[in-house]
Amino acid sequence: MVNTKVTLCGVELDNPVIPASGTFGYGHEFAELYDINKLGAFSFKGTTREERFGNPTPRIAECTAGMINSVGLQNPGVEKVVNEELPKLKKVYRKKVMANVSGFSVEDYAYTCAKLDGCEQVGWIEVNVSCPNVHGGGMSFGTSEKAAAEVTRAVKKVTAKPVLIKLSPNVTDIVSIAKACEDAGADGVSLINTLLGMRIDIKRRKPVISNVLGGFSGPAVFPVALGMVYRVAKAVKIPVVGMGGVSSAEDVIEMMLAGATAVEVGAANLVNPFASSEIVDDLPRAMEKYGINSLENIIGRC
Amino acid sequence: MKRVYFEITENIPIAPSVYKITLSGDASDITRAGQFVNVKIDGLYLRRPVSVCDFSRDALTMIYKVVGKGTEKLSMKKPGEKLDVLSGLGNGYTLDNAGKRPLLIGGGVGVPPLYGLAKELKKLGAEVSVILGFNTKSGIFYREEFEKLGAKVLVTTADGSYGIKGFVTDALGQTDYTYFYACGPEPMLKAVYKNTVTDGQFSFEERMGCGFGACMGCSCKTVTGYKRICKDGPVLEKGEILW
Repeated sequence: MVNTKVTLCGVELDNPVIPASGTFGYGHEFAELYDINKLGAFSFKGTTREERFGNPTPRIAECTAGMINSVGLQNPGVEKVVNEELPKLKKVYRKKVMANVSGFSVEDYAYTCAKLDGCEQVGWIEVNVSCPNVHGGGMSFGTSEKAAAEVTRAVKKVTAKPVLIKLSPNVTDIVSIAKACEDAGADGVSLINTLLGMRIDIKRRKPVISNVLGGFSGPAVFPVALGMVYRVAKAVKIPVVGMGGVSSAEDVIEMMLAGATAVEVGAANLVNPFASSEIVDDLPRAMEKYGINSLENIIGRC
Repeated sequence: MKRVYFEITENIPIAPSVYKITLSGDASDITRAGQFVNVKIDGLYLRRPVSVCDFSRDALTMIYKVVGKGTEKLSMKKPGEKLDVLSGLGNGYTLDNAGKRPLLIGGGVGVPPLYGLAKELKKLGAEVSVILGFNTKSGIFYREEFEKLGAKVLVTTADGSYGIKGFVTDALGQTDYTYFYACGPEPMLKAVYKNTVTDGQFSFEERMGCGFGACMGCSCKTVTGYKRICKDGPVLEKGEILW
């Protein structure tokens, strides 16, 4: 018997597989398809202080081995998430959920995290300082060491839950941002968010995405993500959650060898709604194939 | 929703750039006209949503127009090949308010889902009228199929090469209806919205990520809040639409 258990910031996971924020809603669409309790955890849809519609459509574009989205943090607002989504989730999911939070000011982040701090179902708060699809917030906090540290400190002040800062790849040096978050008290970092990208409709000579630019994800970004996870994991002492194009059990193992303690699966859930479930099922086979007894023992061992 | 590997039984052109594909396999998750499926295309990342034209428990028919790489690749698929399909997606047409004389209004590749709907309405004993709008005579498809169901069919062509010259709304005066159902390009839907006198339902299109409500890629604003075209739609009631 192989051991798939890992511990992320003091919380034990049955396996390291975590569907990524924005690809799993608040769990319900997937709970209709399979028992989502088989997952390590999942990160719920990026939640903000107020309800948001997000950007105008079209906000999805096809890419080679990937996709662009510019959803722009559509969500019902933290009040509804706490009062409606989480109680609904409780009926189908008994594990800890990762609460993904975004904001437009340091106060926004703190407000939303304080609300979620009171939720027993929330195991971790993943602070998104890297959304490429909103102006005046999101990524602007994740592209400066100072701003990322400021958000980290503000959030740490209002919650006792482990705080993971979700980092943007759209920076000169992701390692320095990760270190700044660590120094400011982050319990972990997760990376990478999507890469800023664009597609143009040649017939119309117009951008495909209404917002022009969007976030690029999918298998095409896996090597970029892996490289960043490797560099960040070498540089910080806090746990790293790796993500970016992960689509198979082998990808999960690679991410862990690069230094990830847990691994998020994003775009793959959208093209195959059973992707995360299949990866969980497939992990023991892949571990046996590569002579891995315990996943915890391979973290950063490359 | 179910993930089904269907076998292609036919994939033939029925008008310029328009193909009819029939699939055999478990179609039991498709329960209402107006629903759609999301098709995996070899070599492309995102699935392609295609509306269902006709369905039974173990077969389905779709009609699609070749407009890009995805539909082009689909058009090259041969009978006997398999298709990876997420079946039974979306919220289809509801029949409750159709009344005695429902009118179905379709434009171009908006016509196909109305065929399955016409079949269901005929089963209920309704007197079904259909307006089919095309650009030109050579583009017309499924006129006879609707007639075979016993529907009264009016055809419009933008260039006047067949039937009534103009758009679907130019045929509205020749109909007497208790309710309507529309599917077609958005400018057509807007015109139908303005020019119809009863309540009705509209089927919408949008670029989708997942097709099953998870990614929020295809959201729209409605009178009753934000809706996902793929999950809460593609069919919306006239009364809830915000243009």
